[in-house]
Amino acid sequence: MATNEIDRRKFLKLVGIGGGVVFASGLGLYPRFAKAAWDGTGPSGAARSTDFYFVQLSDTHFGFTDPLINPNSDQMLQLAVDATNALEDQPDFIMFTGDLTDIVDNDRERRRRLGAFKTVASRLRCPMVRFMPGEHDASLDEGAAYKEFFGDTFYTFDHKGIHFVVIDNVSDPSGSIGATQLAWLKATLAKFRKNDPIVVFTHRPLFALNPDWDWWTKDGQQAIDLLMPYANVTVFYGHIHQNLTFTTGHINHYSARSTMFALPVSNSVPVKKKIPWDAARPYAGLGFREIDANPRKATYKKKEFPL
Amino acid sequence: MLNVKQISSMGLFFSFFAAAAFANGSTPPQPGEIEIPVVARQFDFTPGTASAIVLRQGQPVVLSVTTQDRKHGFFSKELNIDETVVPGKVTYIHINPTHAGTFQFHCSVFCGSGHEGMQGTIVVQ
Repeated sequence: MATNEIDRRKFLKLVGIGGGVVFASGLGLYPRFAKAAWDGTGPSGAARSTDFYFVQLSDTHFGFTDPLINPNSDQMLQLAVDATNALEDQPDFIMFTGDLTDIVDNDRERRRRLGAFKTVASRLRCPMVRFMPGEHDASLDEGAAYKEFFGDTFYTFDHKGIHFVVIDNVSDPSGSIGATQLAWLKATLAKFRKNDPIVVFTHRPLFALNPDWDWWTKDGQQAIDLLMPYANVTVFYGHIHQNLTFTTGHINHYSARSTMFALPVSNSVPVKKKIPWDAARPYAGLGFREIDANPRKATYKKKEFPL
Repeated sequence: MLNVKQISSMGLFFSFFAAAAFANGSTPPQPGEIEIPVVARQFDFTPGTASAIVLRQGQPVVLSVTTQDRKHGFFSKELNIDETVVPGKVTYIHINPTHAGTFQFHCSVFCGSGHEGMQGTIVVQ
């Protein structure tokens, strides 16, 4: 790892949270970073040629409680906030890719939970924080409560030469994008040049990873078809609580870990169930991601960090 | 190279699927079909979840699915079924079970905290 990258990522100090240990392995800071998993398109060991970096936080499931799955569930969002706040060189922006809160059937409680999440997230030092809903946040009321706290569920923004497009595939509880939003996507893409770098954020996988496990978007192929004419498209998504790389044509789709609980690999078990807490390996399978973006080359070097 | 038995099995397999995919949704019961009411609610199907929906091989049926509360889904990849059930309407799912077996289905419309467990079983005897 290049020295300048270690310096940029140096953690100043992390406060131990309750009985939980942030770096459960007990290793020091630098060895911890040395073990971060590198996975990207940039040449390993080379001097960084990125213009900026952003952080993806996903599936925080604020409000989730089950000590058998995560005995520190009430601390996890603050833990993630602390971890990103401790970055000496703050990212240009942070993107939460959905399931900000854990499902609650009561409308009032859902609003209380979204508000409490927003309060904790407001402690992030990063100057720009973006959000999008997951099905836990938006599927029961078609995004009504989410919009009150965070605004539009699908939108686009440009940053340093990259077009970022946020697609909502959860406000429709059937897991669809819908005709209206697909038309918006088509009109939005029409403004971009065919070689422009485009990053798509979405919650559910756009492709049919596993419909039996609800790991798909019903009309996701239509979105992929709209994206295919563009040469430099990359998708970052959540929902499946693990890192997975999948390719549709020339488009890479990268899923993110959750900061609350992990899920099994697709069809690795007969029934999809949350992976139980392992006291010998606390926070195993949880984490967040940094993405070093190079707009000129439309490359994205991912660095996965455990919690 | 597939043998005759394998090809024959595939034919039965696909005929089951073809019948299930045909005329689902709003088409009411057809002559010769046995109608089986199914009620969906947060978070089970009755019958289906606590007790399986039992069909007889060779006897066409139509599941008349309604919901007691909110929108639900009825999805089975094995049976090629992907339907939505909305309040106030009956969703008809036509099945011609030409092959014995046990088939799983689940709610495919995110319906709340118990959604992940909203599953059911169809047994063809």
